[in-house]
Amino acid sequence: MLAYIIRRLLYAVPILIGVNLITFMLFFMINTPDDMARAQLGAKQTTPQMIEAWKVEKGYDKPLFFNPEASGIEKIEDTLFMQESLKLFAFDFGVSDANRDIAEDIKERMGPSLAIALPTFFIALVTNISLALLLVLFRGSALDMGMMVIAVMIMSVSGLFYIIAGQVLFSKIWHWVPISGYEPGWGAVKFVILPVLIGVFAGLGAGMRWYRSIFLEQVNQDYVRTARAKGLSEIAVLFKHVLKNGMLPILTGIVVVIPSLFMGSLIMESFFGIPGLGSYTIDAINAQDFAIVKAMVFLGSVLYIAGLILTDISYTLFDPRVKLS
Amino acid sequence: MTITLLWTDMMVWLLVAALAVWGWILSRSPQIRKQWHSIFKSGIAMASAIVLLFYLFFALLDSVHMRFTVETHPGGGETSKSIHYEGDMVSLLDLLFKHTLSHTERTYSAPFATHEYAKSIVVDKNNVSRQVYLPLKYVHVPKGESVAGDIVKKSLFALFAGLLVSLLLIAVHLALKGRGTFVSKLNVLRRGETALPWRTAYVTFTLMLMTFVWMYLLSYHYHVLGTDKVGGDVFYQSVKSIRTGVLIGILTTLVMLPVSITLGISAGFFGGRIDDVIQYIYTTLNSIPGVLLIAGAVLVTQVMMDNHPQWFETTLERSDLRLLFLILILGMTSWTGLCRLLRAETLKISRVEFVTAARAFGVSKWKIIFRHIMPNLMHIILISVVLDFSALVLAEAVLSYVGVGVDPTMYSWGNMINQARLEMAREPMVWWSLFSAFIFMFILVLAANLFSDRVQTVLDPRNEE
Repeated sequence: MLAYIIRRLLYAVPILIGVNLITFMLFFMINTPDDMARAQLGAKQTTPQMIEAWKVEKGYDKPLFFNPEASGIEKIEDTLFMQESLKLFAFDFGVSDANRDIAEDIKERMGPSLAIALPTFFIALVTNISLALLLVLFRGSALDMGMMVIAVMIMSVSGLFYIIAGQVLFSKIWHWVPISGYEPGWGAVKFVILPVLIGVFAGLGAGMRWYRSIFLEQVNQDYVRTARAKGLSEIAVLFKHVLKNGMLPILTGIVVVIPSLFMGSLIMESFFGIPGLGSYTIDAINAQDFAIVKAMVFLGSVLYIAGLILTDISYTLFDPRVKLS
Repeated sequence: MTITLLWTDMMVWLLVAALAVWGWILSRSPQIRKQWHSIFKSGIAMASAIVLLFYLFFALLDSVHMRFTVETHPGGGETSKSIHYEGDMVSLLDLLFKHTLSHTERTYSAPFATHEYAKSIVVDKNNVSRQVYLPLKYVHVPKGESVAGDIVKKSLFALFAGLLVSLLLIAVHLALKGRGTFVSKLNVLRRGETALPWRTAYVTFTLMLMTFVWMYLLSYHYHVLGTDKVGGDVFYQSVKSIRTGVLIGILTTLVMLPVSITLGISAGFFGGRIDDVIQYIYTTLNSIPGVLLIAGAVLVTQVMMDNHPQWFETTLERSDLRLLFLILILGMTSWTGLCRLLRAETLKISRVEFVTAARAFGVSKWKIIFRHIMPNLMHIILISVVLDFSALVLAEAVLSYVGVGVDPTMYSWGNMINQARLEMAREPMVWWSLFSAFIFMFILVLAANLFSDRVQTVLDPRNEE
């Protein structure tokens, strides 16, 4: 087990290097350090000397991939790419264009992000599964059909619309909750409740359909028929057998996204003015702050890979047939 | 006048041509004809297909751009005979909506309103300033007629015209289709005994056409969906946005398919090193959060476009280039999912007896791929294409909101929703932009979702009862 985890972690290294390579190419091959210097210093009256000075100051004066002037291993090590990626691997994200420590910012903003993402995730999970079980219990009935039609309709509406409509209804017309904002501690509840509800509702259509199809696949299995033949009630069959066996595909689907919850939701946070990582990313995109975008890309990839590893581990824990090797 | 093709125009017509050829090739295979037949057996699938074709029609209408010559007579008279073109390109759709373009009001107005939405300060003869709702410049109700009466009268006429056109087209279609006399075909249709649910199709078609004709004819006299901040007609904007949404939905797949098919099949079929490399590439791409990867790539292309202003002459070409880049980027970031599916399926098929037998007989690898593997992957490809379409249409809105979608000057539902966010905060609310974008998007995405559901039930071998 431990050996397997270590091997998976080692396998993550080339992937992260690849991620760095992609972001590096995106930002440096087309937008050269010279361009960045010019953009930072302002387009007017920039002399070549000023650009050079800025590059030295920010550490952008090295060659991109290969340094012919250095010797030995330094030829590869003393380059912009290595310098930038090695820093990331140590979770040293540097400073943003506004001269703030990015790592510090991320730590600070993780809380509000989780305050939205975690409740949304768990409430959605419970709602979707219970509704799906209900539909499977009444499968083929008018209730099932009607709910499936509603599910397709929910899926066909842009998430942006739910947010705007929710804000108008609950905040502007009924004044139940403040329209946007955030405060730490228990005061956050009144700010968090609307985005969480909207998040749960927006995901209801797709979620319900997905869980329903998983359960339906189980319902037609032989062991369920045996259980029914034994005289178990339909409800007992659903909870004892179908739910239990359906947990496995559900687990693979959800464990992989759990670490990514830390990244927050871009749209939700920016609409509701939550100072989380999602709105941080959007602000960085709008301000074209490459340092922050790069840091968030790296963080996102690390969390995604963590999700993959967790999925594999949870498999061995819950499915005795799977042996990691 | 010259016809000018934008990059995306060319792509979309290329796609239409490719689809036509592909459809013709496929229609010769009885098995595939049967499959499509059973897809369209469902009334819902038929109705959604009609809706999708309706949207596609407007997207295509908006994909023929032309430039008109400007009639200038420079001082020299006959001596200088150079041809000048107008600065703006127009599409066929713009020609159809010429009247709404010239009927630009001052500011917001509600659907079917005769006056502006907010009061303006007016100084009258006696130098007293008052706040009044100014009448709209281009909405004129005939004398001695109430607004409601006028609307009802014009609506009845428009609905009747729509019905007439629709019945005419249906009659033509019915006459050309199949054998037998027109009356006998009509009877079969009325009883709903046709092999495919044509009755549903005709009803859907009539409804769509009547709605459109009604809104179109009334748009000559009213702003049927209101006007936006600078007085532009919202109905026109919503119709123009169709092209953006549909193009992102279909062209992205066009970009994505060759990549995922080639890489997926090679990984599954050849295995070994090739498989390792391809798996590494898609795991890496997958691990980067989607929106961030797209955002990064869009930002870079934006910088690139700012540095190369010679690439485009007009603002339309500029926004088109941005749309092209967005489509390319979406294609390059979204091939991984399908690639993984195809790899797994190819791996499975390569081990089936008929492929092993083909190998044993010494059939070349390429022949095995084209003869045995590709046909067995078609259902996966098709399902993912129809599934992706609705996701991409919705993604456009989100990306435009984040600021990495289409050009802000381009008409798109995402841009409309984005603006609506500020409009909803006004008092009283300006709800019609959001409403229009929502309805137009909802109908398209719902139709796509329902259609893809049907395709999935018919083509997915696991669903066979």
